[in-house]
Amino acid sequence: MADFLQTNLGILVLVTAQILLFVTILFVSLAFLMYADRKIWAAVQMRKGPNVVGAFGLLQSFADFLKYIAKEIIVPSGADKTVFFLAPMISFVLALIAWVVIPFGDGWAIADLNVAILYVFAMSSLEVYGVIMGGWASNSKYPFLGSLRSAAQMISYEVSIGLIIIGVIISAGSMNFTEIVRAQDGSFGFFNWFWLPHLPMVFLFFISALAETNRPPFDLPEAESELVAGYQVEYSSTPFLLYMMGELIAIVLMCALVTLLFFGGWLSPIPGLPDGVLWMVAKMCFFFFIFAMVKAIVPRYRYDQLMRIGWKVFLPMSLGWVVIVSFLAKFEVLGGFWARWAIGG
Amino acid sequence: MTVVQFVFYLFALTLLVGGIFTVISKSPVHSVLWLILSFLSGAGLMVLLGAEFVAMLLIIVYVGAVAVLFLFVVMMLDVDFAELRAEMAKGLPLAALIGLVLIMQLAMAFGAWEIGGGVEMLDAPMATPEGAGDHNTAALGLLLYDKYFVLFQLAGLILLVAMIGAIVLTMRHRKDIKRQDILAQMYRDPAKTMELKDIKPGQGLAE
Repeated sequence: MADFLQTNLGILVLVTAQILLFVTILFVSLAFLMYADRKIWAAVQMRKGPNVVGAFGLLQSFADFLKYIAKEIIVPSGADKTVFFLAPMISFVLALIAWVVIPFGDGWAIADLNVAILYVFAMSSLEVYGVIMGGWASNSKYPFLGSLRSAAQMISYEVSIGLIIIGVIISAGSMNFTEIVRAQDGSFGFFNWFWLPHLPMVFLFFISALAETNRPPFDLPEAESELVAGYQVEYSSTPFLLYMMGELIAIVLMCALVTLLFFGGWLSPIPGLPDGVLWMVAKMCFFFFIFAMVKAIVPRYRYDQLMRIGWKVFLPMSLGWVVIVSFLAKFEVLGGFWARWAIGG
Repeated sequence: MTVVQFVFYLFALTLLVGGIFTVISKSPVHSVLWLILSFLSGAGLMVLLGAEFVAMLLIIVYVGAVAVLFLFVVMMLDVDFAELRAEMAKGLPLAALIGLVLIMQLAMAFGAWEIGGGVEMLDAPMATPEGAGDHNTAALGLLLYDKYFVLFQLAGLILLVAMIGAIVLTMRHRKDIKRQDILAQMYRDPAKTMELKDIKPGQGLAE
């Protein structure tokens, strides 16, 4: 058996099994995350939220799923059919394939690339195509305007996300997620993680992640009052479901990224407690909770305000931070507080 | 056929198909989408060569940013294709000539590479610079920031000048519109800008 797993076919079987296992777990948890998102939103507004299907409405997402796949698919007249159906698939697939490099425990990644973080960044920068192709192929004004807005927004915030990531890479001395998390390991647990040396950037990263995934308060592509539902207006049934799932998967991915880059991944916050995959999942759930809370309590931004923050506030701040961190790491200020590669983890 | 060869031919095939359809597809938006497919296949070939850093940069810069701008422009253009075709027929001889020259140049370069050998200049281009193990990010960093530092900085300077030039050419200040000054808004003192008046019923303000 061990010999077989060393051969090409064996590796293929092993990786396929890992992917199937992961995707199954991810999809089931997506159903409950969607439910949690709606319940939290409802609780903030003192509503009940979904409470009909199953006990406490727990099976609401599954009912929605059945409805989405059973309904009729409507194609607008004059739409570019190939691109119209390609767009939601691209959006969905790109959100999924970024997960192959995310480690959930020490060495628990499907592919442990040494440019893992660039890979995730590349995949999330490709996600804009799902939006822009969908908006164009619908052959309709609102989707087109919505997709243009959305694309501009995603490109703008990618710049600041990239610069923030560079700061973390400088501190960790590697682009591999496993190495980045190992660089945060230390005898002080919670206070060893990168959120402390990179404190201002944690907030910037989180806000940029909101904008990058089109979440409220930056959900301008689907600003109902102006654009009906943005690039998704003409989509119905399963293609719409693919868009929704792609968006949600991208949000969970951002939760995973915040956890890995700034909050120590699978490391335990209290020295002495064992590290493990449960810490990673718990941290991701916590950040998803914050994502849901932000949706409930913050009003939507105006488009020009969003662009102003992205280019005139976040970009200079993150660029300046890269320069500062480079100096702090080079001269090993505070005993290599910003240069974990120099002091050995 | 090994796995690597199979993957190489897969990527090479999609790259060529993408390139061909970029040229022959009827809608310009489809052309750009095919172009993106060939960019992605090119990135795949880079990974096969062991240059994963360059591959990721190709995707991030070309596919993630440059091609999006292409798509923006092309989507908003309203092109008349019959007219475009007629224009193309006029320029065809020149285009064919340029194409021929390009093919000749490529044939000469690769032919020399295949037949030659032993010539230092021809053997130099290798995907992964030696001496940095399997981390070609580190290897590229050493080359760019140590060995070719001045050239790299000069290239950066040229790009900076081009960028400033583009901004200067397109920037215009319009005096006739009102702009929002966010800092001025935030630093406004409520006590200076608001005044409370106690108005008796049925009287209204005097002035």
